[in-house]
Amino acid sequence: MAAHGHADSPVKFQYEDIDQQNDTYVIGMWAFMVTEIMFFGGLFLIYTLYRMNYQGDWWKAHEHLSWQMGGINTLNLLVSSMLMALAVRSAQLKERMKVIGLLSMVVGCGALFMIIKYFEYSSKIADRLYPGPNFTLDPTVLHGANLDHAQLFYGLYFGMTGLHGVHVVVGMILISMLIKFWWQRKKVVTEDYIPTELIGLYWHFVDIVWIFLYPLFYLMPKPYSVIGGH
Amino acid sequence: MNLANYPFSPPAASNFAGEMDLLFYSILGMSVVFAVITFAYVIFYAIKYRAGSSADRSSPVYENMKLELIWIGVPTVLAIGFFIWGAKVYADVRIPPKGAKEIYVVGKQWMWHIQHPNGVRENNTLHVPVDTDIKLTMIAQDVIHAFYIPAFRVQFMVVPGRYTQMWFRPTVVGKYHLFCNMYCGTQHSEMGGSVIVMSKRDYAEWLSNNGEMRQNLSPTQAGEKLFNKIGCGNCHGPVDLPPRSPSLMGLYGKTREADNGQRYIADESYIRESILRPGEKMLKGYSNTMPVYDKQLSEEEVMALMAYIKAGALPSLPAKNMAAGVPGTEAQVNGKAGLNSNALEFTSERADATATSRGNDLSVGAMAAEKGDQKR
Amino acid sequence: MSTTVKTPISTDDAAHPPKLNYLTNGHSLRSWLLTEDHKRIAILYLISVSFFFMLGGAFAGMIRWELTSPAGNFLESDTYNRVFTAHGAIMVFLFLLVAVPAVLGNFLVPLMIGARDLAFPRINLLSWYLYTAAGTLILISVVSGGVDAGWTFYTPYSSLYSNSNVSLCLVGVFLGGFSSITTGVNFIATVHRMRAPGMTWFRLPLFVWANYATGIIMMLGTPVVAITLLCVIFERTFQLPIFSPELGGDPILFQHMFWFYSHPAVYIMVLPSFGVISEVISAFSRKRVFGYHFVAFSSLAIAFLGFLVWGHHMFVSSQSMYQGVAFSLITFLLAVPSAIKIFNWTATMAKGNIHLNSPMIYAIGFMGLFLIGGLTGLFLAAMGLDVHLTATYFIVAHFHYVMVGGTVMGFMAGLHFWWPKMTGRLFNDNIAKWNAVVVFLGFNLTFFPQFISGWMGMPRRYHYYYFAPEYQIYNILSTMGATVLGVGFVVPVIYLIKSLFTGEKSGDNPWGAHGLEWQTTSPPPTENFYYSPIVTDDVYDYDPVAEHEASRELGARGH
Repeated sequence: MAAHGHADSPVKFQYEDIDQQNDTYVIGMWAFMVTEIMFFGGLFLIYTLYRMNYQGDWWKAHEHLSWQMGGINTLNLLVSSMLMALAVRSAQLKERMKVIGLLSMVVGCGALFMIIKYFEYSSKIADRLYPGPNFTLDPTVLHGANLDHAQLFYGLYFGMTGLHGVHVVVGMILISMLIKFWWQRKKVVTEDYIPTELIGLYWHFVDIVWIFLYPLFYLMPKPYSVIGGH
Repeated sequence: MNLANYPFSPPAASNFAGEMDLLFYSILGMSVVFAVITFAYVIFYAIKYRAGSSADRSSPVYENMKLELIWIGVPTVLAIGFFIWGAKVYADVRIPPKGAKEIYVVGKQWMWHIQHPNGVRENNTLHVPVDTDIKLTMIAQDVIHAFYIPAFRVQFMVVPGRYTQMWFRPTVVGKYHLFCNMYCGTQHSEMGGSVIVMSKRDYAEWLSNNGEMRQNLSPTQAGEKLFNKIGCGNCHGPVDLPPRSPSLMGLYGKTREADNGQRYIADESYIRESILRPGEKMLKGYSNTMPVYDKQLSEEEVMALMAYIKAGALPSLPAKNMAAGVPGTEAQVNGKAGLNSNALEFTSERADATATSRGNDLSVGAMAAEKGDQKR
Repeated sequence: MSTTVKTPISTDDAAHPPKLNYLTNGHSLRSWLLTEDHKRIAILYLISVSFFFMLGGAFAGMIRWELTSPAGNFLESDTYNRVFTAHGAIMVFLFLLVAVPAVLGNFLVPLMIGARDLAFPRINLLSWYLYTAAGTLILISVVSGGVDAGWTFYTPYSSLYSNSNVSLCLVGVFLGGFSSITTGVNFIATVHRMRAPGMTWFRLPLFVWANYATGIIMMLGTPVVAITLLCVIFERTFQLPIFSPELGGDPILFQHMFWFYSHPAVYIMVLPSFGVISEVISAFSRKRVFGYHFVAFSSLAIAFLGFLVWGHHMFVSSQSMYQGVAFSLITFLLAVPSAIKIFNWTATMAKGNIHLNSPMIYAIGFMGLFLIGGLTGLFLAAMGLDVHLTATYFIVAHFHYVMVGGTVMGFMAGLHFWWPKMTGRLFNDNIAKWNAVVVFLGFNLTFFPQFISGWMGMPRRYHYYYFAPEYQIYNILSTMGATVLGVGFVVPVIYLIKSLFTGEKSGDNPWGAHGLEWQTTSPPPTENFYYSPIVTDDVYDYDPVAEHEASRELGARGH
């Protein structure tokens, strides 16, 4: 049983043993996930209400998003989640080089995500689809959507995907720190896989949020009000 | 000390007041009973079982399911009872009856615009006939406000971007407070006025006479009313305010120098011309910002104004008649009578004073004036 | 009494001589500002919340001063609006949400469950830094021009029309929200996993149950208001339209999302105080809390139901009648668990051995004031009646009764009860007792007249009321009371600080109370216990008849 109190023991002084510490960390991480769900949840609520009210205009406005680029990003994050899960497995097996390799690939996926996002955002900003006084009036870009409702749509688009992007970057930083600790053979990660698993949990959450965002923004079905030629 | 001067309930002047008051006092009664019982027990125990007392402490009780269920059950039943009653009152308040008279309200920072069905408009005052169902359809022009009439026990938010509705049936003739009851910025607390409940006959007369009561007024009185109504007092106050506006008090008979150097005596013709074509004999030291009233006023109206200015352009005591129309200029004069001088500067001299806020400043003064007595 | 097993916690006993407690274990600024000790963090919080309480109180004084006269004498309207916003924002976000859980909860929860610290000590420190950052930003926003949107920040006034420091203030509130969230996560994880052997759920002190329920609310509710306020910031800064009617947005949506948090928030403010009162009544009646299980579950019930009633703030907002009906019913039902607590506390006192020391005076005062505050909530839950009473001084009086008469009295009770434990010193209980009475009387004089002026229709957030001078008498009475109340809040600062220098040493358990926190020294050592506690007895294991003798002795010592 690892005695706490040793300076480099992974067991912190407030815990009796590694099991109690791990259990507590897991509870803490899940509790934090719940708060993140509530945080994004508010935005999803706003999205739901406005989409219900402005279905037609939102469908028209969304046409200008590139479902292809979003789709690549979706596959990207799904692959990164798989790599993350493999990294956690390798951490359980204490396969240090594999962990470092897999985690590095996850960071790479994250970087790819942000690069594609950069291109997406640039093109939207170039088309002046950024809400504010300079919002475009060009009907070919808006595809005929009502100007105000299109601004709401794009406001939520930038807000929600932007917030998600921030979480991706934070995830990348956390994983980089994890790589650094594995590289330096820090006991906190080598002796027990839970820290790796918890950061993996965070990355899976980031992935899941995107899985919701993608169809909501990029894959809207054509509403009857538009089909019926309203 | 006359207790009538310290009321502790609002006047009851609408169809809702009776039932709301009954509900209020019922909940109050129940609350008093619960509070008294609980306080009594707490104090009783604190005394009887205080440390050092010889009370019997044998077999103390630590839990009692029956007692718990009683004091869960009884409050729950009472709670549901009052909920049903409250919900019923609410449904009455929210659902207007058919055939209610419709009046339109626009709230904006910081005044109320009210429009009656036949087009009569008023600001910050609402005239309604007694014993008639009235339905207000309201919208805000900027931020959220709320239209609140305590004597009627009703209020509702006035929201930008959508219509909201409120209804009531006034039951007692009289004048009651109207407040804006949702914080809306700087002059939130001044965005109020009166609701004036009139007999049906008086209301009909008021409505058909374009929002005035038919009355025989002397030219000076008529002039004062018109002076207030078209807002002359917006600019012309008790003191000269160059370059904007000179005071008109005590003007008649004075000598005035125009900007071209010529001197004039302020007689009847001078006054008339200054109203109709203010730029012609522009007073030295002032700029030409007064609106032109040529072709805007009838000669009768000009004559009334002229009579009022000739009589000194002093405000009279608060109008006792029912037609408290558009607020007047009493505010600035009442600054001398004791209204907070801060309010005086505050209302008229700010660099960012706009028509809106100036308009509201007048209502400030009018409300103060209507009350009559200013304590300071 | 719980038995302790003599297994030293630290392997190196010489490193922890008995004289070293958490206060003396390191004197540098760094040892305080980078501490991971939950007790030191609690003291840091105590200093910060006290500062903000005084500041918020000063603003309250300005409001009351101004309202003695209907025409307003000293402040311009714009200034008055900034003053009441500052009062509300500081009191809600920097005091009420924080004081009891972050000061008393942080200090006591690990001690009460027999743990050495909270689950995540560094997150705890982060929580304090987030709070300090929040306070700094809100303070800057207040002094550099002020915020005039009201602490409720209703749109579109706050998002489009106010030209005050709304965004800066909201960034501060946002950070404060994360301080709260991290505290909640910490409490939940701690109570689940860090209890000492033998400390089963139903042996937990009710204060721990209360903080646990509070932690749930902090975690679930706060993120929603965080994102809502972030949307307002974005609307102001980047013109991202969410709540603007001009662009098809819905200003009432803001109210829904704001109150979805802010109603449960009031339970964050009051549940920990409920916990304090359970502890104090039990200790000073020398009797186990009556109906322990009911009181414990009522905290959870309040946390759960509290999330389902937000619409009772919006009965006149044009939300649908049917929504309103649901909210009204659940609000009435929500009154029941609180009533349970009051009745149970009263029954606790029966056949006890009651000591009327200052914590008990505060606790009894709490019961009276919270009862009135809670009962007046029923008037407001009755939706028909709320149509008349909402946004008037009736509401102001109601929430001050539950927040000040509730939360603050609870905080004072707890501060006095555990002051000897936290500092190792006794304060002058005689002055404290009388001061508690002064607070009680001053409070009632301040806020009871506001029920009357509110019933009569005086709107809140009003600077002028000169067209309705009939409200003046109530405002004058209220200001008189506020003066007394202000004195009542300043006096404790004096005698408590004095006790740090000249107070008698308290010893481990000056009140003779039960609970693991009283089994260790006052002040406790950094690791809380020199020996691992193992709990074998039930909670609140008092015996009032036997205590009769012990209390006689306590009385003889002049307490």
